[in-house]
Amino acid sequence: MKYFLGIDVGALSTNAVILDVRREIVGYSIVQTGANSTEAAEETLEKALVMANIDRAKITSTVATGYGRISVPFAEKKVTEISCHALGAYYLYPDTGTVIDIGGQDSKVIRVGDGGKVLDFTMNDKCAAGTGRFLEVMAAKLRVSLDELGDLSLQASQEVQISSVCTVFAESEVVSLVAQNHPTEEIIRGLHRSIVNRIWSMVKMLGIRGAVTMSGGVAKNRGVVSLLEERLEQPIHVHTEPQIVGALGAALLALRLAQTAT
Amino acid sequence: MYLIKNLQYHFMKDLGLPALMRFSQRTKKRRPKKLDTCFGPPLTSTGRLKEIMTRHYLLSRYAEGARPVAWVTSGAPVELLRAFEFYTFYPENHGALCGAQKVGSELCEVAEGKGYSQDLCSYARIDLGVCFSGRTPVGKLPKPDLLFASNNICQTVVYWYKVLAYHWKVPLILFDTPYNFKDIADSDISYMVGQLEEMIPVLEEVSGKEFNYQRFQDVIRLAKEASLTWGEVLATMKARPAPMTIFDAFGHLAPIVSLRGLPVALNYYRVLLNELNDRVKKGIGAITDERKRLMWDNIAIWYKVRDLSNRFAERGMNFVAATYTNAWAETISYLDINHPFESLAKAYSLVILNNNLNHRFELMERLVKEYGVDGLVIHSARSCKPYSVGQYDIKRLLMDRLGVPSVVIEADIADSRVFSEEQTRTRLEAFFEAMEA
Ligand SMILES: Nc1ncnc2c1ncn2[C@@H]1O[C@H](COP(=O)(O)OP(=O)(O)OP(=O)(O)O)[C@@H](O)[C@H]1O
Ligand code: SF4
Ligand SMILES: [Mg+2]
Repeated sequence: MKYFLGIDVGALSTNAVILDVRREIVGYSIVQTGANSTEAAEETLEKALVMANIDRAKITSTVATGYGRISVPFAEKKVTEISCHALGAYYLYPDTGTVIDIGGQDSKVIRVGDGGKVLDFTMNDKCAAGTGRFLEVMAAKLRVSLDELGDLSLQASQEVQISSVCTVFAESEVVSLVAQNHPTEEIIRGLHRSIVNRIWSMVKMLGIRGAVTMSGGVAKNRGVVSLLEERLEQPIHVHTEPQIVGALGAALLALRLAQTAT
Repeated sequence: MYLIKNLQYHFMKDLGLPALMRFSQRTKKRRPKKLDTCFGPPLTSTGRLKEIMTRHYLLSRYAEGARPVAWVTSGAPVELLRAFEFYTFYPENHGALCGAQKVGSELCEVAEGKGYSQDLCSYARIDLGVCFSGRTPVGKLPKPDLLFASNNICQTVVYWYKVLAYHWKVPLILFDTPYNFKDIADSDISYMVGQLEEMIPVLEEVSGKEFNYQRFQDVIRLAKEASLTWGEVLATMKARPAPMTIFDAFGHLAPIVSLRGLPVALNYYRVLLNELNDRVKKGIGAITDERKRLMWDNIAIWYKVRDLSNRFAERGMNFVAATYTNAWAETISYLDINHPFESLAKAYSLVILNNNLNHRFELMERLVKEYGVDGLVIHSARSCKPYSVGQYDIKRLLMDRLGVPSVVIEADIADSRVFSEEQTRTRLEAFFEAMEA
């Protein structure tokens, strides 16, 4: 049996997906990238191999993606996240016309055509506003964990308006809101709103087509997803492991690579 | 005194400088060997271009006292000044040169040190930096007797030139062009013609020369013909393979920008056109394996032209059209020697940056069709707000209506501190993947 590996080395998480020849996901893993991306790639691969219960030698081809894609020495090919998220999202939800990936250090909106082909895209990678990093900084300030953000914001009956989009300014704004005794849930909901507004302006640049699929770690945050659904006036597909979508797309490309080679 | 200076100017222009320059022909920087195979043979006209532009800059040293000197914005109707034989200096062109020679950022820093904001156009910051520090790669700038600006390209130039007027203590003439929202009205034209007529006495006084209508008509004719020839030069890139790339055209643009209305510009474009036509006939392309044809939007990223040109050529992608290079082929051709003032007003108020977004979209749509464009690279220039605003709408429209993919690079024209290598690479790679899929 042959297997195909995709590795996505992101700013925050490094993820692997292993596919078999029938394009079924047989193993995956999510680890922190940390300071050494080559080590993170090794670690995530080991874990995915354990889950798939196969030997490393069984991997026929590997495609790497993400900011750290150059630090995966064993990958045959390196492809950008844009192409990989589009392919991965299309594989999971074939009606996908638009992908929104919000990762740790950048966010992107991709318009997807037939077969998961990239038609158009736009990215925000100039600053942390509108990225997962923004939420991490705020969660730390509010002393809540990332997992809790979503539920807390859904509990809020009102929301506080956060006027700065800049992470540094928003942080000091949050400090003063806390000092004014605003409930944490309301502040969190305001922070989510601020992310959603940033994403909304990117979505508007491209225009929405077809179903929307969200990928990247922020898709795990129900608070952000529900506000975005409200704003887009349509439901959003979210896979149970949205962080592996990029690695999945890379694995699909690895499979394609092996097929065209033979 | 004037006579001696004048003689000296003429001697240097016609004999001294050309001889000097032949002497000091520097060895050219060569591109990496492995890339040589991607490009066709270089244009021989480029040598002539370098000669013309170097001579123009060197001549500025002899201009003071021999000629009235004016500093002019790229969109100002310089034809009127030519009738008074001004030596003209283009700070924007000089800013581009500083950018290309990678000294833009340090000159910007000089202006920033004096309190000018980083958000100000880098051409303005570079120019002010040069004024404050006296540093420039061309040696020395000629001191202006007059400043001439038009707000048809942006509002920045109005305030920038006011600072220059204050700094140099010389008069500033401002040509105010109403923005074209839909159609240009007769009242707009007469408003602009009135301004041009009012300039004449000022120009007479500064230059010490009387206005000569016939000479003015001559200049109009030369400018129009040069612009038409420049248009033909660009049109050669409709051929497959295109005989030139837009990255070359960014360089060949210099004479139409800063020597417009002078015989030298027209003559140069005739030579260039001949060479390009010859290449088309022989099927010689700017790059050897032209697989995709692209369009560029906005001003060049001057410090990255060579680098970008290599990156695209490696993949068989050639830039065959640009809204920027097209700007000097578009409206100057409206000039009419029988109605010099009216046609000047029309030509200069309808330039791309003074015209509505719909016009811009239609222009780009036409370029896409005529030049067989497969994709668009959009430079979102931090400096140039009037050029960069609306680009995302255009991007979406081109995708929706023509299915043309595009990529946005956030950068700057001359301030390299704004350029992020990693972010640009990711965007370009994703664009390449989409184009090649
Ligand atoms: N359990 C969770 N609940 C809510 N949000 C989460 C959770 N886990 C991660 N996130 C969010 O996801 C972000 C990281 O996303 P992801 O792992 O997709 O980033 P990445 O791919 O490493 O980054 P990039 O794509 O920018 O290089 C974090 O910044 C955080 O905001
Ligand atoms: S703002 Fe734009 S149009 Fe104005 S001077 Fe700068 S680059 Fe030119
Ligand atoms: Mg990611």
